Amino acid sequence: MRAALHAEWTKLRTVRGWVVALAVAAVAVVGLGLLAGGQGSCGRNGPQSECVLPVGPGGQEVTDSFTFVHRSLTGDGSITVRLNGLTGVLPRKPGPGGPADSTGPQVAEGDPGDGEPGLAPWAKGGLIVKDGTRPGSTYAAIMLTGAHGVRMQHDYVHDRAGPPVPATTARWLRLTRAGQTITGQESPDGTAWTTVGTVRLPGLPATAQVGAFATSPQYTWVAGGGRGVGGVTGGPSQATATFDSLGLQGTAPDPAWMRTLVGGGAPGQPEEVGAGFRVAGSGDIAPAVAGISGIGTTISQTLIGTFAGLILVVVVATMTMTAEYRRGMIRTTVAAVPRRGRVLLAKAVVLGGTAFGLGVPAAAVVIFVGQRMLRDRGVYVHPASTATEVRLVVGTGLLLAGAAVLALALGTVLRRGFTAVVAGIVVVVLPYLLAMSVLPAEPAQWLLRVTPAAAFALQQSAVSHPQVDHFPIPVNGYFPLSPWAGLAVLAGWTALTLGLAVLSLRRRDV
Amino acid sequence: MNETSIVVSGLRKRFGPTLALDGMSFTVGPGQVTGFAGPNGAGKSTTMRIVLGLDAPDEGSALVGGRPYRSLPCPLRVVGSLLDAGALQPGRTARNHLLWLAHSQGLTAARVDQVLEQAGLTGVARRRAGGFSLGMRQRLGIAAAMLGDPPVLMLDEPFNGMDPEGIVWIRGFLRALAAEGRAVLLSTHLMSELQDTADHVVLVGRGRVLADRTMPELLARHGSLERAYLELTRDAVEFRAAGSPEASR
Repeated sequence: MRAALHAEWTKLRTVRGWVVALAVAAVAVVGLGLLAGGQGSCGRNGPQSECVLPVGPGGQEVTDSFTFVHRSLTGDGSITVRLNGLTGVLPRKPGPGGPADSTGPQVAEGDPGDGEPGLAPWAKGGLIVKDGTRPGSTYAAIMLTGAHGVRMQHDYVHDRAGPPVPATTARWLRLTRAGQTITGQESPDGTAWTTVGTVRLPGLPATAQVGAFATSPQYTWVAGGGRGVGGVTGGPSQATATFDSLGLQGTAPDPAWMRTLVGGGAPGQPEEVGAGFRVAGSGDIAPAVAGISGIGTTISQTLIGTFAGLILVVVVATMTMTAEYRRGMIRTTVAAVPRRGRVLLAKAVVLGGTAFGLGVPAAAVVIFVGQRMLRDRGVYVHPASTATEVRLVVGTGLLLAGAAVLALALGTVLRRGFTAVVAGIVVVVLPYLLAMSVLPAEPAQWLLRVTPAAAFALQQSAVSHPQVDHFPIPVNGYFPLSPWAGLAVLAGWTALTLGLAVLSLRRRDV
Repeated sequence: MNETSIVVSGLRKRFGPTLALDGMSFTVGPGQVTGFAGPNGAGKSTTMRIVLGLDAPDEGSALVGGRPYRSLPCPLRVVGSLLDAGALQPGRTARNHLLWLAHSQGLTAARVDQVLEQAGLTGVARRRAGGFSLGMRQRLGIAAAMLGDPPVLMLDEPFNGMDPEGIVWIRGFLRALAAEGRAVLLSTHLMSELQDTADHVVLVGRGRVLADRTMPELLARHGSLERAYLELTRDAVEFRAAGSPEASR
């Protein structure tokens, strides 16, 4: 086997055209990645314009902006309110067709504004206890949402479901503090209470801000079947929560209620909380997301050139086999190594290893340099953990390696260079390109689930959170499969085709 | 079974409606050049491909040094072969073509330089093989066959495209290899060259052996190898032009 490997490596490195094409593949991955990405405004308009997102207690970047009617509470205590439903405003519908195939937010009556009346599914209104009004500080909240019923959430990433009541119902909510423990309860009538969740906030100081809040995230319409990025429009939405019977028990040092726009920068104003007071807010209290419904981009943006490198790798890998058939050199090869499975295995190891060996450094360079260049151009790039960066780098190498071996196997089964190259590109690269450009979300996700292009999921760095409408479609950087499941799909196809190739090479006369 | 021999017994091979081999049996012994001759379509190339394990026979067996070719761990060290001088990646240099073959047998670049020297290709070793004339490709093919210093050689039409100097060189080269005790199977249509080179001739037609004699026997009976060929293959030729020697008899 060592001799066969050595022979195949010598074969690959001694055809100048192949070596050049593979070098160009690496250059394409880096070059296209550095060219793409566009311009942003972060840090471009003076010292105040840097894009800095608040950082939550878990260290992750968060969105923390809402309207807060609050008061100090020192030590233990509780706050109770009756929430008489949510109403809201969504951004204007794109075109006359309307949001026929959007995920269907509940449309509530009232508040006609600049846009359409309606509620974003994750519009929120309810009670919150928080370490001051600084964005990113620790909190716990119980709330009614646009389409997800009653929820208890804390510290941005934690979410627990209560009863799935519609946003139009009146609901009693209560938060109780005992030391660092916060209990959220809800009730249909203010008498029979149900606990939704009990959470610990280790960082909550003795004096915290408690009160009523409302907020509503960026909303996205999907138009005309949602073809690519062009069919998607969105904007800020607003939610208005109507409260009464606000009651605070415990030591409240402040004389009055204040209304503060958390994340808005302006100082708070005194507030009367009479019967039927309203809190209207826009924003979110959630992990920060990239893409259409968030801000900025992810480091995956820098790997956009992978498809070009992949095309070249597929061409070379196919030709290493089909050129042998074309010239009759396969007879020389098989005469030298009569165990034909071994010939294919050696070729697969050499090609896969080479593709991996050029993909890993190319991805490492383009991720390292590319995200700095994006930031220099004023684009906000969501930071990724080292583990994610390593997975993207290694994953790009694995994607190229898997595609190379698949192309080799296709070349062996089909024998004709042109046919095999077209087949390789059609199954590996084309589904990705279609999904990223013209296809509606559903067929795009289907393609990225069943074709070898599923392995592009290895390059996803956007994180999905169930409590954020991050619009998880391929154009927005979200793949339908997890990274390793995507790799498994590619590996499965590759193993199957390689198996067929071994059988075909063994059975046929050459 | 002798270590340095090819033993072909009872080979049958059908390609669709065509019976290419119909009980082909012969032995190539050590220490001599065995000529392998017959009309087009007689089954010479198919037989050689089966010996090298490239094609699988429907029936019968072909052994090299007593073993099937496909079971040899380093086959080029047992059998050197030249079937098709054009079977090259044109972008690779002559030396690199031999280098990957050498590596496949666990041999080093030093051995590559030796066979390049033997074949008279040292001067063009670093030129792309795609630019070679047929004669130079034949020399490269012979160099490849010699890489593993094999006791058995099998060459298909090595004289094709060779200039007179090359023909003289091959003739002497093959004689010398046989004198070293190697078994050499030489397939060709050039009867005069074969008469000057071979010690033994296997004449085949329609997929089977028509005659398997020593050169002196054939010459004694027929006068020349060409006459022997024409007389023995008379009934086995598939295509014959009007006015050819056999048709006018």
